[in-house]
Amino acid sequence: MQLPTYPLPDARGRYGVFGGRYVPETLIPALDTLRDAYAEAKTDPAFLSSFETLLREYVGRPSRLYLAENLTRHAGGARIYLKREDMNHTGAHKINNCLGQALLAVRMGKKRVVAETGAGQHGVATATAAALLGLECVVYMGREDIRRQALNVFRMKLLGAEVREVTSGTATLKDATNEAIRDWVTNVRGTFYILGSVVGPHPYPAMVRDFQSVIGEETKWQLQAAEGRAVPDAIIACVGGGSNAIGIFAPFAYLPEHQRPQLIGTEAAGQGVDTGFHAASVAGGKVGVLHGSMMYLLHDDEGQIQAAHSISAGLDYPGIGPEHCYYSDHNVARYVPVTDAQALSALQLLARTEGIIAALETAHAIHQAVITARELGEGKVIVVNLSGRGDKDVAEVMRLLGPGLTGPGLTGSELGDQA
Amino acid sequence: MTSTLNNDVADTARRLAERPERIWAAFEHAASEGRAAFIPFMTAGYPTPERFPAVALQLLEHADLLEVGLPYSDPLGDGPTIQRASEEAIEHGTSTRATLQAVKALRARTDKPIVVMTYINPVYATGPKEFMRLCVDAGVDGLILPDLPPDEDLGIRFLAAEAGLALTFLIAPTSTPERVRVVTSACTGFVYAVSVTGVTGARDGGALSEVPALIALARAHTDLPVAVGFGVKDAATARIVAVDAGADGVVVGSAFINALKAGDDLGALAAKIVSGCRK
Repeated sequence: MQLPTYPLPDARGRYGVFGGRYVPETLIPALDTLRDAYAEAKTDPAFLSSFETLLREYVGRPSRLYLAENLTRHAGGARIYLKREDMNHTGAHKINNCLGQALLAVRMGKKRVVAETGAGQHGVATATAAALLGLECVVYMGREDIRRQALNVFRMKLLGAEVREVTSGTATLKDATNEAIRDWVTNVRGTFYILGSVVGPHPYPAMVRDFQSVIGEETKWQLQAAEGRAVPDAIIACVGGGSNAIGIFAPFAYLPEHQRPQLIGTEAAGQGVDTGFHAASVAGGKVGVLHGSMMYLLHDDEGQIQAAHSISAGLDYPGIGPEHCYYSDHNVARYVPVTDAQALSALQLLARTEGIIAALETAHAIHQAVITARELGEGKVIVVNLSGRGDKDVAEVMRLLGPGLTGPGLTGSELGDQA
Repeated sequence: MTSTLNNDVADTARRLAERPERIWAAFEHAASEGRAAFIPFMTAGYPTPERFPAVALQLLEHADLLEVGLPYSDPLGDGPTIQRASEEAIEHGTSTRATLQAVKALRARTDKPIVVMTYINPVYATGPKEFMRLCVDAGVDGLILPDLPPDEDLGIRFLAAEAGLALTFLIAPTSTPERVRVVTSACTGFVYAVSVTGVTGARDGGALSEVPALIALARAHTDLPVAVGFGVKDAATARIVAVDAGADGVVVGSAFINALKAGDDLGALAAKIVSGCRK
């Protein structure tokens, strides 16, 4: 296999004005080394062959491109395909990137990896890759997320990782990321930081994108086989930091405009973008710097980062990757807000029509898929990145809907509990 | 036309030199007394906005320069002590303007240089030009932006020069000679050498073993004063940095915040650290 080469970022790690390396000087030499090591690995047949073998034999790739006929019928419009990243080992797209970075860590002679996690999917995937490759693993996770995702916490422990609780700030993904970066600053000489999304300082957004772009590359030939065309009319994915979305967008994003499908990212609108309780960085944020990168960001007039709110821990992040920011500014992709209630409803819809329980994150994309399928109409084709499975969310969904599905669903007070 | 331009250039050059001069004078004054400059740090608005001025004045009594932290919600370079202090200060309403008003009030009481430490996002959010204007108006002498490597935003350096504010960037034990060259050549006030790979906070003196090599590397590239921070907490650690390693200045932050929490006498701690700075 080959890893793709894209026109962005530029040599300074910028996507237009976005991206960059806003980090303490201690990390700059490590980022230089990482950039060079990754550039070398990217063209090394031995590295690429290891990565390809793991994706095939261990992750179970290629993931299926499944025509969701019942959902298509329900929507009454374009044919809806689901790219089944939920069928990957560990249940989400996260493993693609973790194996790539863990292989790079081994190649660079690092014995210890650290990671941040929100929903726990990236933490589990990192712990998995670390177990497989014999690396010591520490995962930082916010206290609030540890409560919401107890099962994933235990999974990480079973896999031999140490989970460190983060209580600073909002005690969610943002703060876990701060803490992982601080660990890396402190232990930079022997530690590799496995970042889980297309955020952070250069080269992380590019590297994570490249490892995840296998999703979009597979989609091309799978859709060619199924529909006789490699490019659908629309592609939809949920966006927190944006790694599953960039994985399926990037292989199509640099096509000439007339060949490019509609690329639609769904941001978590929480209780609504106007309520202040949301995680919609494009719709409700403005340009700023967080975690080493310039991006659309939820922050106040003083530049203090604001708490993000979403029913899904994985989207509960106040920023969005710099390449998505570039896509948004240049009309390559558009980003639409989807509320907690809409996502919860879409989760149930997919479960009942297709027998697939998606992650709450992914459910945001399902909601938009129905809307876009109707807008495009029959004869058109859309692909939804089914980024993760819902096992981790079942307890939380039961809490919201009630064990007999007779609960109040989403009310203001329920969301207040989460906030 | 040409003469106007020349006047502008001369004017800029004059302002450029003005504030670094006060910083350099403070280092020279300390050196003339046979010690490293003592640079205490305190988060603005801590422990409360009401008590901060008295705390800062108490530190200024012993200080050669004062470093004031403009609190930020996500301080990547700081350990738990300054993180918590920043969170509390923000909860108490310590905004950018409140911080700079507090500095302005201090400026009325002291001629010692005051540098402001904050992260790049509050600067961008205010607008770099407006931020610098507010700093100059408050009598700030220089800025330290720990998450801004000097080659990341040349515009900030231009604006700071235009405003006459000194800029201090950081070098670290991981810095290659090439990075030390890039960073020191961008500094216009003093160079801040981070003593350890890590974040701010008190540590054992043993963690400071990399400081002499780092100072030597800095001196190979610059004539500016080199101050050392992170992990200096008492007379003993100050002595390691100032005497054994030969730093021109010693920055102490978390130890003062911890002392405030414990109800210890800040003046006594400051005096002990100053004694440790004596060469």
